[in-house]
Amino acid sequence: MDTSALWLSLRLGLLTVLILLPFGILTGRWLAYRQFRGKAIVEAAVALPLVLPPTVFGYYLLVAFGAASPLGQAWTALTGQPLVFTFQGLLLASVIFNIPFAIQPMQRSFEAIPAEVRDAAACCGMTPFEALRRVELPLAWPGILTALVLSFAHTLGEFGIVLMVGGSIPGETKTVAIAIYDRVQAFDDAAAAKMSALLLAISLVAIAVTFALSGRIGRRRG
Amino acid sequence: MTLVIDIKHRLGSFLLDARFETGSGLVTLFGRSGSGKTSIINTIAGLIRPDKGRVTINGTVLVDTARGIFLPRHRRRIGYVFQEGRLFPHLTVRQNLLYGRWFAQPAARDDLDRVVDLLGIGSMLERRPGRLSGGEKQRVAIGRALLANPRLLLMDEPLASLDEARKAEILPYIERLRDQIRVPIVYVSHSIVEVTRLASTLVLLSEGKVAAVGPTTEIMHRLDLFPLTGRAEAGAIVEATVERHDERFALTELRSRAGLWRLPRLDAPVGARLRLRVRARDVMLAKSAPTDLSALNVLPGTVADIGAREGPIVEVRLDCSGEALIARLTRYSVERLGLVAGAPVFALIKSVALDRRSLSGPMRVGSSADAEANDT
Repeated sequence: MDTSALWLSLRLGLLTVLILLPFGILTGRWLAYRQFRGKAIVEAAVALPLVLPPTVFGYYLLVAFGAASPLGQAWTALTGQPLVFTFQGLLLASVIFNIPFAIQPMQRSFEAIPAEVRDAAACCGMTPFEALRRVELPLAWPGILTALVLSFAHTLGEFGIVLMVGGSIPGETKTVAIAIYDRVQAFDDAAAAKMSALLLAISLVAIAVTFALSGRIGRRRG
Repeated sequence: MTLVIDIKHRLGSFLLDARFETGSGLVTLFGRSGSGKTSIINTIAGLIRPDKGRVTINGTVLVDTARGIFLPRHRRRIGYVFQEGRLFPHLTVRQNLLYGRWFAQPAARDDLDRVVDLLGIGSMLERRPGRLSGGEKQRVAIGRALLANPRLLLMDEPLASLDEARKAEILPYIERLRDQIRVPIVYVSHSIVEVTRLASTLVLLSEGKVAAVGPTTEIMHRLDLFPLTGRAEAGAIVEATVERHDERFALTELRSRAGLWRLPRLDAPVGARLRLRVRARDVMLAKSAPTDLSALNVLPGTVADIGAREGPIVEVRLDCSGEALIARLTRYSVERLGLVAGAPVFALIKSVALDRRSLSGPMRVGSSADAEANDT
């Protein structure tokens, strides 16, 4: 089994989730409460990674991250490293392709909070930040948890985009999903089976934990 | 307290253009659905930012568009009781109440025990809102708003989502609130029963504009406002005192300026003051004192005002020794009896017709079966 690929995937998944947590909460909440011109376009853009073929998406990311692009050049000027075929670039890509998985469940759970409950919080004298911390986040928690688990599981499993943006550099961008493909190509069925079973187990546990937690929260409110 | 409202606000095709000033006590915003009641209290609470205008409480400016002032809602110290309570579902009743208090200024915080006692919610403190009835939720919501130490309490049709029995359960608590707590209340309603029981001052709204402001009784007795106050349910509000109980026939005698009233036994102590609503459609008129009549209430008076003589029905207001009564008659009867202002008449009211739901005061209204029988 390729443990370095496994650790890389776990590290990538955790960091992706950590970055998406505040970003998803702010964006999901913004999309849930604000009405503005062009909101449908923003929502469509958020959903785009769901429908775009991973290779197509990966291709555009590769172009956007490349040494010829302003983003790639700025990154290199700032850190001295390229953005493509590095862990940092892979992490950025991972954050971007997980946007719909993180934002949509969070947006739905903020939308489910009745406006009067938020108004009541303000009328009790809570500042917007206190209302977020004491009322909105506790109520939106199941959706936020779902978003994090989905993003994490999705990061472990993503293949096409990772390959396009990261290549397959051991210890840098070779994730477990790519390692499995690698092993199958090398007719090493035993290693591929082991890693696949491990991914299956991780995914099952993550989903089970989410369902159990959100079910418990739902019942407690019942 | 002085609440001054002067706002203009457009919501789609609806134009709110309201200007009024009220003193302390309970103020009711009364009008049909879509007359602008909720928009006005949402503007006071800061949930709506008006296009133009000013809102002040005791000189404190909440909104002044001319000076670019808009106090954020969490800094207004205005308690809001919504139509359906809207408690924080993830917290217990106790936590809900404390969250109301948590953010209030500590110096003037209202006492938790006192509010719990006033609203009778002591037994449900550890429960979650999901396990409360609609009426219980509303009482907790009122408590949460009170504990935030508000300078003004807004109530948006707090009984609208409740059935008759639950309404009867909550109304006494709101009356206690009005009488015992010094916080002024702005109460939105389109129920004439609630208005009769609660209001000291009435702001009558119609299509986004203020049609009249004044004491509830005065406005409810104006024949020209019946199209707005509700003609079918129109009636007079009579202040009365319990004189004695007739146990043999299970009747209660009430004394008012208009005279003596007899009605089915009320559960109220002798000497208790209460408000009686006498619907115009339950009042008959006679030119001479009738004899051999089943109706127990025969009150002498004079015709004070006669409404517009159009269509089949005409309302007539009587002056019965300073107490107003309103009768709803056919135009034919008005002509046949030759009723003109100043004419002496007798008002006849069946005891069993009196609207018991709107009785208010330190009392309970008979049995629940009794209350339901009068629900029509």
